[in-house]
Amino acid sequence: MKGVMEPMTEHTARTATIGGIAASPGYAIAKAYRLQRDEIKPVQKQVADAAAETDRFRQAIGKAKAELKQIHELTRQRLGEEKAEIFEAHLLLLEDPDLIDVAMEQIEQDNVNADFALHSVAATFIDALLAMDNELLRERAADIRDVSGRVIAALHGAAYTTVSGVTEESVIIAEDLAPSDTALLDVNIVRGFATEIGSRTSHSAIMSRSLGIPAIVGAGSSLMDIETGTMIILDAVKGKIIVAPSDGELEQYRHIQEQYEQRRAELAGLKSEPTVSADGAHMELAANIGSVEDVQKALDNGAEGIGLFRTEFLYMGRSALPTEEEQFNVYKYVLEKMDGKPVVIRTLDIGGDKELPYMKLPKESNPFLGLRAVRLCLQEQDLFRTQLRALLRASRYGNLKIMFPMIALREELRECKRLLQEERTKLIAEGIEVAERIEVGIMIEIPAAALAADQFAKEVDFFSIGTNDLIQYTMAADRMNETVSYLYQTCHPSVLRLIRMVISAASKEGKWVGMCGEMAGDESAIPLLLGMGLHEFSMSASSILPARAQIRSLSRQQWAERIDSVLELGSEQEIKQVVQQHVNS
Amino acid sequence: MATGTFTVLNPSGFHARPTKVFVQAATAFQCKVSLSKNGKKVNGKSSLSILTLGIAVNDEVILETDGDQEEKALQELGALLTKIYEE
Repeated sequence: MKGVMEPMTEHTARTATIGGIAASPGYAIAKAYRLQRDEIKPVQKQVADAAAETDRFRQAIGKAKAELKQIHELTRQRLGEEKAEIFEAHLLLLEDPDLIDVAMEQIEQDNVNADFALHSVAATFIDALLAMDNELLRERAADIRDVSGRVIAALHGAAYTTVSGVTEESVIIAEDLAPSDTALLDVNIVRGFATEIGSRTSHSAIMSRSLGIPAIVGAGSSLMDIETGTMIILDAVKGKIIVAPSDGELEQYRHIQEQYEQRRAELAGLKSEPTVSADGAHMELAANIGSVEDVQKALDNGAEGIGLFRTEFLYMGRSALPTEEEQFNVYKYVLEKMDGKPVVIRTLDIGGDKELPYMKLPKESNPFLGLRAVRLCLQEQDLFRTQLRALLRASRYGNLKIMFPMIALREELRECKRLLQEERTKLIAEGIEVAERIEVGIMIEIPAAALAADQFAKEVDFFSIGTNDLIQYTMAADRMNETVSYLYQTCHPSVLRLIRMVISAASKEGKWVGMCGEMAGDESAIPLLLGMGLHEFSMSASSILPARAQIRSLSRQQWAERIDSVLELGSEQEIKQVVQQHVNS
Repeated sequence: MATGTFTVLNPSGFHARPTKVFVQAATAFQCKVSLSKNGKKVNGKSSLSILTLGIAVNDEVILETDGDQEEKALQELGALLTKIYEE
């Protein structure tokens, strides 16, 4: 219930709950500190001496710059170069010709006061940015407001920053926190903060995550009714603020907070730990990514590799195919960023539910069973060759593995490998360096490929089981269709038998098997997959640390011994029950 | 005057760090630098004005340089437009 104060009848009348967006997870229990900045609203005045006014303006800019340099240095020391960079951008705003020079001209030509000139020029930019349909750009308006506000305060001889007023443990309540406010927060006493406006991507939200303090943003106007000194509980896991909680609630939340911190510390401690089962078997936990931005998140969550890099984003939301150079840049970036860790890049998987308007492909009545992924690529060979060339060129910048999706026939795989070899030969003839050895694998998502895994295993370096499609094709149930969603069962015996078949076939040939569907991160499936001998588990970044904690508590040997009997069970429900019993025992 | 069309590849578009790097590089050149998207043209030495173009990933932008070292500026600044920035 965003922004609405709902009285909670079962407690004292003073207790109220305010909802908002959990921007940085965690709990804080402390007194509120309401931060209010008295914004100076400049009034237009005529100045007699324009030259003296521009001098005053220059001095105020100089003062603001000196302050920002200090904040920059402080942030650099506390959070590192990268987080401090925003203040370099702020400093640059104070040199922006379209802001400063234009305001300067107004003072000179119209004899207006400097604070008014700056305020009005800044306002045109703020308005223009607030009108944009891109949230990240709208939030840049806060930077302009912060920087120009600082100069205007200097022109008025007033102090700008107010967070320094916090002297005891508190949760800060504010309309919004300017970038320079968040940089100056003393994390030793600020337990968390909540803001009236903002979203998950606003500056204050990003800073709260870097500082590692719980925060709620976008809590609405009733937030500012909370008075300084009022006890509050900041639940930045569920996204709510409990104002003046009862003793019972306080006790309950102190308990929740303690458990949360404990679990968090446990998971954080696993970030750079290897993934080893209780009986000493090593696994690899990798991340699925669908854009370049996801790489950092994968690393932050302790990913040991990228198990699936979906390349569709390069092709979607644009008017023409991406060039070889564009693709090369993206692949190289990801490979370098992963610094030698394995990166499985899947070639284009378009068709099915993903369309490319500019390709003008004929409408199909059954797109999931139609011209999709490798089927399309083998037909549109120019498109495919461009991607293969970009991949080959990028290969020398890291540990690249290439994966072909939607393979059903041995001939499709052979054709893909032939094209790859041809492009490699051409590149080398052109004098372009290509990694000597690149592993090539296929995605197992069509039952026909799973059943012939023993044959495919002889011709690939690895398999990656794409469970989302494998389940859909095995159960003949459209995963987008809610009326048949009951058929979409990850732990159905037929699905598990296919998976086991694939893993056994690959092991016989000494090849590794990964899994890149949702199932790989599903805690009810992990014990079974471990027991079957799955080598690599690739999942969304946020599932990695919980999965690592789980695997460390399981014995692979014990689960391997149980598999036969589990696969004799006749339904998903029975299987899940048995897994649950063993996990809890 | 030199002109070129470039596709922005940075995943989060062209603001924050990319504009900072671009403007710093553009300011180092004597020649005039302008950027345009969808017919709207702005000063390439102003990060604020570049922000108002709302450049997103995969957007095509036209870079114009006019004056001293315009060719060199076109080349160097063009490379910054297609670069992927760590953010």
